[in-house]
Amino acid sequence: MQQRNVLEYLENTVKRLPGKTAYEGEDSELTFEQVYKSSRAIGSYIAAEAIYGEPVVIFMRKSPEAVAAFFGTVYGGCYYVPIDEEMPRMRIELILKSLDSKLMIVDEATRAKAEQFDFDGRIVNYEEISVLDEDKAALEDIRRRQLDTDPIYIVFTSGSTGIPKGVIACHRSVIDYIENLSAVLHFDENTRFGNQSPFYFDACLKELYPTIKFGASTVIVPRQLFMFPIKLVEFLNEKKINTVCWVVSALSMISAFGVLDKTVPQYLRTVAFGSEVFHIKQFNRWRAALPKARFVNLYGPTEATGMSCWYEVDREFSEGDVIPIGRPFENTEIILLDDDNKRATEGEICIRGTCVTLGYYNNPERTAEAFVQNPLNNHYPEFIYRTGDIGKLNERGELVFVSRKDYQIKHMGHRIELGEIEANVNSLDGIYSSCAVYDREKDRIGLYYTGSIDEKSLGAILKEKIPRYMLPNRTVRLETMPLTPNGKIDRKLISGLK
Amino acid sequence: MEELMDILTELHPDVDYDSCTTLVDDRIIDSFDIISIVSEVAARLDVQIPAEEIVPENFNSAKALAALIERLENE
Repeated sequence: MQQRNVLEYLENTVKRLPGKTAYEGEDSELTFEQVYKSSRAIGSYIAAEAIYGEPVVIFMRKSPEAVAAFFGTVYGGCYYVPIDEEMPRMRIELILKSLDSKLMIVDEATRAKAEQFDFDGRIVNYEEISVLDEDKAALEDIRRRQLDTDPIYIVFTSGSTGIPKGVIACHRSVIDYIENLSAVLHFDENTRFGNQSPFYFDACLKELYPTIKFGASTVIVPRQLFMFPIKLVEFLNEKKINTVCWVVSALSMISAFGVLDKTVPQYLRTVAFGSEVFHIKQFNRWRAALPKARFVNLYGPTEATGMSCWYEVDREFSEGDVIPIGRPFENTEIILLDDDNKRATEGEICIRGTCVTLGYYNNPERTAEAFVQNPLNNHYPEFIYRTGDIGKLNERGELVFVSRKDYQIKHMGHRIELGEIEANVNSLDGIYSSCAVYDREKDRIGLYYTGSIDEKSLGAILKEKIPRYMLPNRTVRLETMPLTPNGKIDRKLISGLK
Repeated sequence: MEELMDILTELHPDVDYDSCTTLVDDRIIDSFDIISIVSEVAARLDVQIPAEEIVPENFNSAKALAALIERLENE
Protein backbone atom coordinates (compact mmCIF):
# COMPACT_ATOMS: atom_id res chain seq x y z
CA MET A 1 0.00 0.00 0.00
CA GLN A 2 1.18 3.51 -0.74
CA GLN A 3 2.67 5.37 2.21
CA ARG A 4 0.43 8.12 3.49
CA ASN A 5 1.78 8.90 6.95
CA VAL A 6 5.35 9.92 7.84
CA LEU A 7 5.25 7.69 10.93
CA GLU A 8 5.34 4.61 8.71
CA TYR A 9 9.05 5.34 8.32
CA LEU A 10 9.54 4.96 12.05
CA GLU A 11 7.30 1.92 12.34
CA ASN A 12 9.19 0.04 9.62
CA THR A 13 12.59 0.89 11.05
CA VAL A 14 11.85 0.12 14.68
CA LYS A 15 11.10 -3.49 13.71
CA ARG A 16 14.48 -3.81 12.06
CA LEU A 17 16.77 -1.74 14.29
CA PRO A 18 15.12 -1.24 17.69
CA GLY A 19 18.36 -0.88 19.66
CA LYS A 20 20.21 1.42 17.28
CA THR A 21 20.71 5.05 18.30
CA ALA A 22 18.50 7.28 16.20
CA TYR A 23 19.22 10.72 17.67
CA GLU A 24 22.14 11.77 19.80
CA GLY A 25 22.28 15.06 21.67
CA GLU A 26 24.64 16.73 24.10
CA ASP A 27 23.12 15.16 27.19
CA SER A 28 21.14 12.18 25.97
CA GLU A 29 20.43 9.83 23.10
CA LEU A 30 17.39 7.84 22.01
CA THR A 31 17.22 4.51 20.17
CA PHE A 32 14.56 3.89 17.55
CA GLU A 33 12.61 1.86 20.09
CA GLN A 34 12.77 4.70 22.62
CA VAL A 35 11.68 7.22 20.02
CA TYR A 36 8.83 4.90 19.04
CA LYS A 37 7.64 4.26 22.58
CA SER A 38 7.94 7.86 23.74
CA SER A 39 6.17 9.26 20.73
CA ARG A 40 3.33 6.73 20.99
CA ALA A 41 2.95 7.60 24.67
CA ILE A 42 2.73 11.30 23.79
CA GLY A 43 0.25 10.56 21.00
CA SER A 44 -1.87 8.62 23.45
CA TYR A 45 -1.80 11.51 25.90
CA ILE A 46 -2.95 13.94 23.20
CA ALA A 47 -5.73 11.52 22.24
CA ALA A 48 -6.84 11.24 25.86
CA GLU A 49 -7.02 15.03 26.06
CA ALA A 50 -9.34 14.90 23.03
CA ILE A 51 -7.15 17.30 21.08
CA TYR A 52 -7.16 16.47 17.37
CA GLY A 53 -6.18 18.37 14.22
CA GLU A 54 -4.74 21.23 16.28
CA PRO A 55 -1.35 22.89 16.60
CA VAL A 56 0.74 21.63 19.54
CA VAL A 57 3.58 23.91 20.59
CA ILE A 58 6.87 22.16 21.34
CA PHE A 59 9.01 24.36 23.54
CA MET A 60 11.92 22.15 24.50
CA ARG A 61 15.68 22.22 24.41
CA LYS A 62 17.16 21.07 21.13
CA SER A 63 17.40 17.40 22.03
CA PRO A 64 16.47 13.87 20.88
CA GLU A 65 13.46 14.15 23.17
CA ALA A 66 12.18 17.15 21.20
CA VAL A 67 12.16 14.97 18.08
CA ALA A 68 10.12 12.34 19.92
CA ALA A 69 7.69 15.10 20.91
CA PHE A 70 7.33 16.04 17.21
CA PHE A 71 6.48 12.48 16.24
CA GLY A 72 4.27 12.14 19.31
CA THR A 73 2.26 15.11 18.14
CA VAL A 74 1.80 13.49 14.75
CA TYR A 75 0.75 10.23 16.46
CA GLY A 76 -1.91 12.32 18.19
CA GLY A 77 -3.22 13.52 14.81
CA CYS A 78 -2.01 17.05 15.51
CA TYR A 79 0.74 19.21 14.02
CA TYR A 80 3.83 20.32 15.88
CA VAL A 81 5.06 23.89 16.13
CA PRO A 82 8.67 24.05 17.34
CA ILE A 83 9.55 27.10 19.42
CA ASP A 84 13.11 27.66 20.56
CA GLU A 85 14.39 29.00 23.86
CA GLU A 86 16.67 31.31 21.93
CA MET A 87 13.77 33.02 20.18
CA PRO A 88 13.06 36.42 21.69
CA ARG A 89 10.07 36.50 23.94
CA MET A 90 8.10 39.02 21.86
CA ARG A 91 8.39 36.81 18.82
CA ILE A 92 7.23 33.77 20.75
CA GLU A 93 4.24 35.72 22.05
CA LEU A 94 3.31 36.75 18.51
CA ILE A 95 3.54 33.15 17.36
CA LEU A 96 1.49 31.83 20.27
CA LYS A 97 -1.15 34.45 19.60
CA SER A 98 -1.44 33.50 15.95
CA LEU A 99 -1.80 29.80 16.87
CA ASP A 100 -4.26 29.84 19.75
CA SER A 101 -3.03 26.36 20.66
CA LYS A 102 -4.53 24.20 23.40
CA LEU A 103 -1.35 22.36 24.36
CA MET A 104 2.33 23.09 24.85
CA ILE A 105 4.93 20.40 25.53
CA VAL A 106 7.93 21.60 27.54
CA ASP A 107 10.80 19.99 29.42
CA GLU A 108 12.30 20.60 32.84
CA ALA A 109 14.74 23.12 31.41
CA THR A 110 12.17 25.28 29.63
CA ARG A 111 9.20 24.97 32.00
CA ALA A 112 9.85 28.14 34.01
CA LYS A 113 10.20 30.26 30.91
CA ALA A 114 7.06 28.75 29.35
CA GLU A 115 4.98 29.67 32.37
CA GLN A 116 5.77 33.34 31.80
CA PHE A 117 4.17 33.34 28.37
CA ASP A 118 0.71 34.66 27.73
CA PHE A 119 -0.62 31.19 26.88
CA ASP A 120 -4.13 29.96 27.60
CA GLY A 121 -3.62 26.29 26.83
CA ARG A 122 -2.28 23.51 28.99
CA ILE A 123 1.47 23.14 29.55
CA VAL A 124 2.75 19.58 30.09
CA ASN A 125 6.18 18.17 30.74
CA TYR A 126 7.73 15.81 28.24
CA GLU A 127 9.19 13.83 31.14
CA GLU A 128 5.68 13.01 32.37
CA ILE A 129 3.76 12.27 29.19
CA SER A 130 6.49 10.34 27.37
CA VAL A 131 6.41 7.50 29.90
CA LEU A 132 2.64 6.92 29.92
CA ASP A 133 1.18 3.65 28.65
CA GLU A 134 0.18 3.72 25.02
CA ASP A 135 -3.47 3.52 24.04
CA LYS A 136 -3.21 1.28 21.00
CA ALA A 137 -6.87 1.51 20.03
CA ALA A 138 -6.86 5.32 20.18
CA LEU A 139 -3.70 5.53 18.06
CA GLU A 140 -5.15 3.14 15.49
CA ASP A 141 -8.31 5.17 15.33
CA ILE A 142 -6.33 8.37 14.72
CA ARG A 143 -4.31 6.63 12.00
CA ARG A 144 -7.49 5.59 10.20
CA ARG A 145 -8.79 9.15 10.28
CA GLN A 146 -5.56 10.78 9.10
CA LEU A 147 -5.24 11.66 5.42
CA ASP A 148 -1.95 12.29 3.68
CA THR A 149 -3.15 15.84 3.06
CA ASP A 150 -3.39 16.51 6.82
CA PRO A 151 -0.74 18.81 8.26
CA ILE A 152 2.15 17.64 10.45
CA TYR A 153 4.02 20.84 11.30
CA ILE A 154 4.08 24.62 11.20
CA VAL A 155 7.36 26.50 10.97
CA PHE A 156 7.59 30.27 11.11
CA THR A 157 9.39 32.42 8.62
CA SER A 158 10.13 36.13 8.48
CA GLY A 159 7.26 38.41 7.44
CA SER A 160 7.81 41.90 6.04
CA THR A 161 5.00 43.40 8.14
CA GLY A 162 6.80 42.44 11.33
CA ILE A 163 4.63 39.42 12.03
CA PRO A 164 6.16 36.00 11.29
CA LYS A 165 4.26 33.73 8.91
CA GLY A 166 3.54 30.10 9.82
CA VAL A 167 4.07 27.72 6.92
CA ILE A 168 1.95 24.59 7.33
CA ALA A 169 2.88 21.34 5.56
CA CYS A 170 1.26 17.90 5.22
CA HIS A 171 2.40 14.26 5.25
CA ARG A 172 2.31 13.93 1.49
CA SER A 173 4.60 16.92 0.86
CA VAL A 174 7.12 15.71 3.42
CA ILE A 175 7.12 12.14 2.09
CA ASP A 176 7.57 13.43 -1.46
CA TYR A 177 10.46 15.62 -0.31
CA ILE A 178 12.21 12.98 1.78
CA GLU A 179 11.99 10.35 -0.98
CA ASN A 180 13.41 12.64 -3.63
CA LEU A 181 16.05 14.25 -1.44
CA SER A 182 17.23 10.83 -0.25
CA ALA A 183 17.56 9.61 -3.83
CA VAL A 184 19.69 12.62 -4.76
CA LEU A 185 21.92 12.56 -1.69
CA HIS A 186 22.20 8.72 -1.50
CA PHE A 187 21.22 8.41 2.15
CA ASP A 188 21.22 4.91 3.63
CA GLU A 189 21.39 3.03 6.91
CA ASN A 190 25.07 3.96 7.36
CA THR A 191 24.42 7.67 7.03
CA ARG A 192 25.55 9.63 10.07
CA PHE A 193 24.17 13.14 9.97
CA GLY A 194 25.70 16.05 11.81
CA ASN A 195 22.70 18.30 12.38
CA GLN A 196 23.28 22.05 12.32
CA SER A 197 19.86 23.52 11.58
CA PRO A 198 17.63 24.62 14.43
CA PHE A 199 14.53 22.45 14.85
CA TYR A 200 12.22 25.41 14.30
CA PHE A 201 13.14 25.51 10.61
CA ASP A 202 12.18 23.13 7.85
CA ALA A 203 15.91 22.63 7.18
CA CYS A 204 16.04 19.96 9.89
CA LEU A 205 13.63 17.76 7.91
CA LYS A 206 16.68 16.70 5.91
CA GLU A 207 18.07 14.83 8.90
CA LEU A 208 15.12 13.98 11.12
CA TYR A 209 13.05 12.11 8.54
CA PRO A 210 15.73 10.23 6.55
CA THR A 211 16.96 8.99 9.94
CA ILE A 212 13.68 7.14 10.57
CA LYS A 213 13.29 6.18 6.91
CA PHE A 214 16.64 4.39 6.65
CA GLY A 215 17.51 3.65 10.25
CA ALA A 216 20.34 6.17 9.96
CA SER A 217 21.62 8.30 12.85
CA THR A 218 21.55 12.01 13.56
CA VAL A 219 24.02 13.64 15.92
CA ILE A 220 22.94 17.11 17.05
CA VAL A 221 26.05 19.27 16.85
CA PRO A 222 26.22 21.54 19.93
CA ARG A 223 25.41 25.05 18.79
CA GLN A 224 28.45 26.56 20.44
CA LEU A 225 30.84 24.53 18.31
CA PHE A 226 29.87 26.58 15.27
CA MET A 227 31.89 29.40 16.80
CA PHE A 228 35.06 27.35 17.16
CA PRO A 229 36.04 25.75 13.87
CA ILE A 230 38.81 23.41 15.02
CA LYS A 231 36.67 21.99 17.80
CA LEU A 232 33.86 21.59 15.30
CA VAL A 233 35.98 19.48 12.94
CA GLU A 234 37.28 17.43 15.87
CA PHE A 235 33.68 16.78 16.90
CA LEU A 236 32.74 15.63 13.39
CA ASN A 237 35.64 13.19 13.46
CA GLU A 238 34.92 11.95 16.96
CA LYS A 239 31.31 11.23 15.98
CA LYS A 240 32.30 9.84 12.56
CA ILE A 241 29.90 12.19 10.79
CA ASN A 242 29.74 11.35 7.08
CA THR A 243 26.90 13.61 5.92
CA VAL A 244 26.18 17.26 6.54
CA CYS A 245 23.41 19.46 5.16
CA TRP A 246 24.54 22.84 6.42
CA VAL A 247 24.15 26.50 5.69
CA VAL A 248 27.03 27.90 3.70
CA SER A 249 28.16 30.18 6.53
CA ALA A 250 28.86 27.18 8.78
CA LEU A 251 31.05 25.60 6.11
CA SER A 252 32.85 28.80 5.15
CA MET A 253 33.57 29.49 8.78
CA ILE A 254 35.74 26.35 8.82
CA SER A 255 37.51 26.99 5.54
CA ALA A 256 37.98 30.75 5.95
CA PHE A 257 40.04 30.28 9.10
CA GLY A 258 42.33 27.86 7.31
CA VAL A 259 41.23 24.95 9.47
CA LEU A 260 41.17 22.55 6.54
CA ASP A 261 44.94 22.94 6.16
CA LYS A 262 45.38 21.59 9.67
CA THR A 263 42.61 19.07 10.12
CA VAL A 264 40.00 17.60 7.82
CA PRO A 265 36.60 16.06 8.61
CA GLN A 266 37.87 12.71 7.43
CA TYR A 267 34.60 10.77 7.39
CA LEU A 268 32.61 13.30 5.37
CA ARG A 269 31.42 11.91 2.06
CA THR A 270 28.35 14.05 1.38
CA VAL A 271 28.34 17.81 1.80
CA ALA A 272 25.01 19.42 0.98
CA PHE A 273 24.79 23.15 1.33
CA GLY A 274 22.33 25.76 0.39
CA SER A 275 20.23 28.80 0.87
CA GLU A 276 23.16 31.12 0.31
CA VAL A 277 25.85 31.90 -2.19
CA PHE A 278 28.99 29.84 -1.57
CA HIS A 279 32.00 32.02 -2.33
CA ILE A 280 34.08 30.03 -4.78
CA LYS A 281 37.31 30.63 -2.89
CA GLN A 282 35.87 28.94 0.20
CA PHE A 283 34.12 26.28 -1.80
CA ASN A 284 37.33 25.31 -3.59
CA ARG A 285 39.14 24.92 -0.28
CA TRP A 286 36.51 22.38 0.72
CA ARG A 287 36.74 20.53 -2.53
CA ALA A 288 40.51 20.37 -2.33
CA ALA A 289 40.35 19.10 1.25
CA LEU A 290 37.74 16.42 0.46
CA PRO A 291 38.41 15.32 -3.12
CA LYS A 292 36.28 12.19 -2.80
CA ALA A 293 33.21 13.80 -1.26
CA ARG A 294 30.07 14.72 -3.18
CA PHE A 295 29.11 18.39 -3.02
CA VAL A 296 25.48 19.23 -3.66
CA ASN A 297 23.97 22.70 -3.81
CA LEU A 298 20.35 22.78 -2.67
CA TYR A 299 17.77 25.48 -3.19
CA GLY A 300 14.21 25.84 -2.03
CA PRO A 301 11.78 27.81 0.09
CA THR A 302 10.02 26.70 3.28
CA GLU A 303 6.75 27.11 1.38
CA ALA A 304 7.70 24.20 -0.91
CA THR A 305 8.67 21.87 1.97
CA GLY A 306 12.37 22.49 2.28
CA MET A 307 14.40 22.12 -0.86
CA SER A 308 13.15 22.07 -4.44
CA CYS A 309 16.28 22.07 -6.63
CA TRP A 310 19.67 20.43 -6.56
CA TYR A 311 22.95 20.57 -8.36
CA GLU A 312 25.78 18.13 -7.79
CA VAL A 313 29.09 19.84 -8.45
CA ASP A 314 30.56 18.11 -11.48
CA ARG A 315 33.10 20.62 -12.76
CA GLU A 316 35.65 23.17 -11.68
CA PHE A 317 34.49 26.62 -10.59
CA SER A 318 36.74 29.63 -10.52
CA GLU A 319 36.34 32.88 -8.63
CA GLY A 320 33.48 34.95 -9.98
CA ASP A 321 31.53 31.87 -11.11
CA VAL A 322 28.18 31.04 -9.57
CA ILE A 323 27.32 27.49 -8.53
CA PRO A 324 23.98 26.73 -10.18
CA ILE A 325 20.92 25.50 -8.29
CA GLY A 326 20.60 22.97 -11.07
CA ARG A 327 17.26 21.36 -11.60
CA PRO A 328 14.16 20.46 -9.63
CA PHE A 329 13.71 17.23 -7.71
CA GLU A 330 11.57 14.55 -9.32
CA ASN A 331 7.86 15.36 -9.19
CA THR A 332 8.57 19.10 -8.88
CA GLU A 333 8.45 21.65 -11.66
CA ILE A 334 10.12 25.04 -11.66
CA ILE A 335 8.44 27.61 -13.87
CA LEU A 336 10.20 30.89 -14.56
CA LEU A 337 7.58 33.60 -15.07
CA ASP A 338 8.26 37.04 -16.52
CA ASP A 339 6.41 40.23 -15.55
CA ASP A 340 3.55 39.31 -17.88
CA ASN A 341 3.20 35.88 -16.24
CA LYS A 342 4.58 34.18 -19.34
CA ARG A 343 7.08 31.35 -19.26
CA ALA A 344 10.58 32.76 -19.72
CA THR A 345 14.26 31.81 -19.50
CA GLU A 346 14.72 34.44 -16.79
CA GLY A 347 12.00 35.34 -14.32
CA GLU A 348 10.42 34.66 -10.95
CA ILE A 349 11.00 31.11 -9.72
CA CYS A 350 7.58 29.51 -9.26
CA ILE A 351 7.12 26.01 -7.92
CA ARG A 352 4.54 23.43 -8.91
CA GLY A 353 3.95 20.03 -7.37
CA THR A 354 3.14 17.97 -4.29
CA CYS A 355 5.91 19.83 -2.46
CA VAL A 356 3.87 23.04 -2.39
CA THR A 357 2.71 23.39 1.22
CA LEU A 358 -0.78 24.20 2.46
CA GLY A 359 -0.10 27.92 2.94
CA TYR A 360 0.30 30.29 5.89
CA TYR A 361 -1.57 29.38 9.04
CA ASN A 362 -4.40 31.75 9.99
CA ASN A 363 -3.26 34.14 7.31
CA PRO A 364 -5.46 34.03 4.19
CA GLU A 365 -4.20 37.41 2.87
CA ARG A 366 -0.53 36.46 2.76
CA THR A 367 -1.42 32.98 1.52
CA ALA A 368 -3.38 34.41 -1.39
CA GLU A 369 -0.45 36.61 -2.40
CA ALA A 370 2.09 33.82 -2.68
CA PHE A 371 0.10 30.63 -3.30
CA VAL A 372 -1.63 31.48 -6.55
CA GLN A 373 -3.42 29.91 -9.47
CA ASN A 374 -0.90 28.75 -12.05
CA PRO A 375 -1.18 31.55 -14.64
CA LEU A 376 -0.33 29.06 -17.40
CA ASN A 377 -3.45 27.05 -16.60
CA ASN A 378 -6.89 28.64 -16.75
CA HIS A 379 -8.83 25.40 -16.93
CA TYR A 380 -8.95 24.10 -13.35
CA PRO A 381 -7.68 25.10 -9.90
CA GLU A 382 -3.97 24.53 -9.54
CA PHE A 383 -1.80 26.33 -6.99
CA ILE A 384 1.80 27.23 -7.50
CA TYR A 385 4.08 29.01 -5.04
CA ARG A 386 5.69 32.28 -6.12
CA THR A 387 9.08 32.46 -4.40
CA GLY A 388 9.91 36.11 -5.11
CA ASP A 389 13.34 34.86 -6.23
CA ILE A 390 14.56 35.62 -9.72
CA GLY A 391 16.21 32.74 -11.57
CA LYS A 392 17.49 32.05 -15.06
CA LEU A 393 18.67 29.19 -17.17
CA ASN A 394 22.38 29.25 -18.05
CA GLU A 395 23.84 28.10 -21.36
CA ARG A 396 23.99 24.54 -20.04
CA GLY A 397 20.28 24.58 -19.25
CA GLU A 398 20.90 24.70 -15.50
CA LEU A 399 18.92 26.92 -13.19
CA VAL A 400 20.85 29.75 -11.58
CA PHE A 401 19.69 32.00 -8.75
CA VAL A 402 19.92 35.67 -9.79
CA SER A 403 18.45 37.88 -7.05
CA ARG A 404 15.41 38.74 -4.95
CA LYS A 405 12.46 40.78 -6.17
CA ASP A 406 12.04 42.52 -2.82
CA TYR A 407 13.87 43.26 0.43
CA GLN A 408 14.22 39.71 1.56
CA ILE A 409 17.80 38.69 2.27
CA LYS A 410 19.74 35.61 3.30
CA HIS A 411 22.02 36.21 6.24
CA MET A 412 23.98 33.43 7.94
CA GLY A 413 21.61 30.96 6.30
CA HIS A 414 18.48 32.64 7.64
CA ARG A 415 15.78 34.15 5.53
CA ILE A 416 15.09 37.67 6.69
CA GLU A 417 12.73 40.41 5.55
CA LEU A 418 14.46 43.74 6.10
CA GLY A 419 10.94 45.10 6.46
CA GLU A 420 10.43 42.95 9.57
CA ILE A 421 13.43 44.58 11.26
CA GLU A 422 12.16 48.03 10.30
CA ALA A 423 8.61 47.27 11.45
CA ASN A 424 9.93 46.24 14.87
CA VAL A 425 12.13 49.31 15.17
CA ASN A 426 9.38 51.66 13.99
CA SER A 427 6.97 50.25 16.56
CA LEU A 428 9.11 51.63 19.40
CA ASP A 429 8.33 54.89 21.17
CA GLY A 430 10.98 57.46 20.41
CA ILE A 431 11.78 56.17 16.93
CA TYR A 432 10.90 58.48 14.06
CA SER A 433 12.04 56.43 11.09
CA SER A 434 14.36 53.57 10.28
CA CYS A 435 15.96 51.82 7.37
CA ALA A 436 17.63 48.40 7.37
CA VAL A 437 20.12 47.70 4.61
CA TYR A 438 22.15 44.67 3.71
CA ASP A 439 25.76 44.64 2.61
CA ARG A 440 25.97 41.49 0.55
CA GLU A 441 29.71 41.68 0.14
CA LYS A 442 30.34 41.55 3.87
CA ASP A 443 27.12 39.74 4.84
CA ARG A 444 26.20 42.47 7.33
CA ILE A 445 22.91 44.09 8.23
CA GLY A 446 23.03 47.82 8.90
CA LEU A 447 20.30 49.72 10.70
CA TYR A 448 19.98 53.48 10.34
CA TYR A 449 17.37 55.41 12.27
CA THR A 450 16.30 58.76 13.60
CA GLY A 451 14.76 59.27 17.02
CA SER A 452 15.40 59.95 20.66
CA ILE A 453 16.64 56.48 21.66
CA ASP A 454 20.42 56.03 21.70
CA GLU A 455 22.11 53.15 19.94
CA LYS A 456 22.91 51.28 23.12
CA SER A 457 19.32 51.22 24.39
CA LEU A 458 17.95 50.36 20.98
CA GLY A 459 20.30 47.38 20.77
CA ALA A 460 19.05 46.11 24.11
CA ILE A 461 15.37 46.54 23.22
CA LEU A 462 15.73 44.85 19.86
CA LYS A 463 17.16 41.73 21.49
CA GLU A 464 13.79 41.27 23.17
CA LYS A 465 11.87 41.62 19.94
CA ILE A 466 13.67 39.96 17.07
CA PRO A 467 15.78 36.80 16.77
CA ARG A 468 19.51 37.23 17.10
CA TYR A 469 20.19 36.38 13.49
CA MET A 470 18.06 39.41 12.54
CA LEU A 471 19.89 41.81 14.82
CA PRO A 472 21.75 44.50 12.88
CA ASN A 473 25.52 44.13 12.86
CA ARG A 474 25.81 47.88 12.86
CA THR A 475 23.35 50.40 14.30
CA VAL A 476 23.68 54.09 13.54
CA ARG A 477 21.54 56.98 14.68
CA LEU A 478 21.17 59.73 12.09
CA GLU A 479 20.22 63.37 12.58
CA THR A 480 17.92 63.24 9.59
CA MET A 481 16.80 60.40 7.38
CA PRO A 482 17.93 60.86 3.77
CA LEU A 483 14.93 60.93 1.44
CA THR A 484 14.53 60.60 -2.30
CA PRO A 485 12.90 63.43 -4.28
CA ASN A 486 9.63 61.47 -3.94
CA GLY A 487 9.88 61.58 -0.17
CA LYS A 488 10.74 57.92 0.26
CA ILE A 489 13.65 56.75 2.38
CA ASP A 490 16.70 56.81 0.16
CA ARG A 491 17.86 53.19 0.53
CA LYS A 492 20.49 53.54 -2.11
CA LEU A 493 22.16 56.46 -0.38
CA ILE A 494 21.93 54.72 2.99
CA SER A 495 23.46 51.54 1.59
CA GLY A 496 26.50 53.63 0.68
CA LEU A 497 26.94 55.10 4.19
CA LYS A 498 30.05 53.95 5.97
CA MET B 1 42.69 48.09 23.39
CA GLU B 2 40.69 51.16 22.40
CA GLU B 3 40.39 49.95 18.83
CA LEU B 4 39.33 46.52 20.07
CA MET B 5 36.66 48.11 22.25
CA ASP B 6 35.37 49.99 19.22
CA ILE B 7 35.15 46.75 17.26
CA LEU B 8 33.24 45.03 20.06
CA THR B 9 30.95 47.96 20.76
CA GLU B 10 29.96 48.21 17.12
CA LEU B 11 28.82 44.59 17.28
CA HIS B 12 26.81 44.90 20.50
CA PRO B 13 26.43 48.49 21.68
CA ASP B 14 24.45 47.35 24.73
CA VAL B 15 27.04 44.99 26.23
CA ASP B 16 29.26 46.14 29.10
CA TYR B 17 32.57 44.75 27.92
CA ASP B 18 34.48 46.01 30.95
CA SER B 19 32.73 43.63 33.30
CA CYS B 20 31.41 40.77 31.15
CA THR B 21 33.48 37.58 31.31
CA THR B 22 30.89 35.22 29.82
CA LEU B 23 30.56 36.50 26.26
CA VAL B 24 30.69 32.96 24.90
CA ASP B 25 29.23 31.00 27.81
CA ASP B 26 26.12 33.17 27.98
CA ARG B 27 25.79 33.26 24.20
CA ILE B 28 26.17 37.01 24.08
CA ILE B 29 28.34 36.67 21.00
CA ASP B 30 27.63 34.13 18.28
CA SER B 31 29.52 32.61 15.40
CA PHE B 32 28.86 35.63 13.23
CA ASP B 33 30.42 37.89 15.85
CA ILE B 34 33.49 35.70 16.04
CA ILE B 35 33.97 35.96 12.29
CA SER B 36 33.48 39.73 12.47
CA ILE B 37 35.92 40.12 15.35
CA VAL B 38 38.61 38.04 13.64
CA SER B 39 38.26 39.91 10.35
CA GLU B 40 38.06 43.37 11.96
CA VAL B 41 41.07 42.64 14.16
CA ALA B 42 42.97 41.63 11.04
CA ALA B 43 41.90 44.73 9.14
CA ARG B 44 42.19 47.37 11.84
CA LEU B 45 44.93 46.02 14.13
CA ASP B 46 46.83 44.01 11.54
CA VAL B 47 46.81 40.94 13.76
CA GLN B 48 45.86 37.55 12.33
CA ILE B 49 44.14 35.30 14.85
CA PRO B 50 44.96 31.73 13.79
CA ALA B 51 42.31 29.00 13.90
CA GLU B 52 43.88 27.25 16.91
CA GLU B 53 43.40 30.41 18.96
CA ILE B 54 39.68 30.57 18.16
CA VAL B 55 38.63 28.84 21.37
CA PRO B 56 36.10 29.89 24.01
CA GLU B 57 38.74 30.97 26.56
CA ASN B 58 40.06 33.67 24.24
CA PHE B 59 36.65 35.15 23.47
CA ASN B 60 34.86 35.13 26.80
CA SER B 61 35.89 38.67 27.73
CA ALA B 62 37.35 41.77 26.15
CA LYS B 63 40.31 41.35 28.51
CA ALA B 64 41.06 37.81 27.30
CA LEU B 65 40.79 38.96 23.72
CA ALA B 66 43.10 41.90 24.35
CA ALA B 67 45.63 39.58 25.99
CA LEU B 68 45.47 37.25 23.00
CA ILE B 69 46.07 40.11 20.58
CA GLU B 70 48.98 41.37 22.63
CA ARG B 71 50.50 37.89 22.71
CA LEU B 72 50.12 37.51 18.94
CA GLU B 73 51.64 40.94 18.34
CA ASN B 74 54.72 39.99 20.33
CA GLU B 75 55.23 36.67 18.64
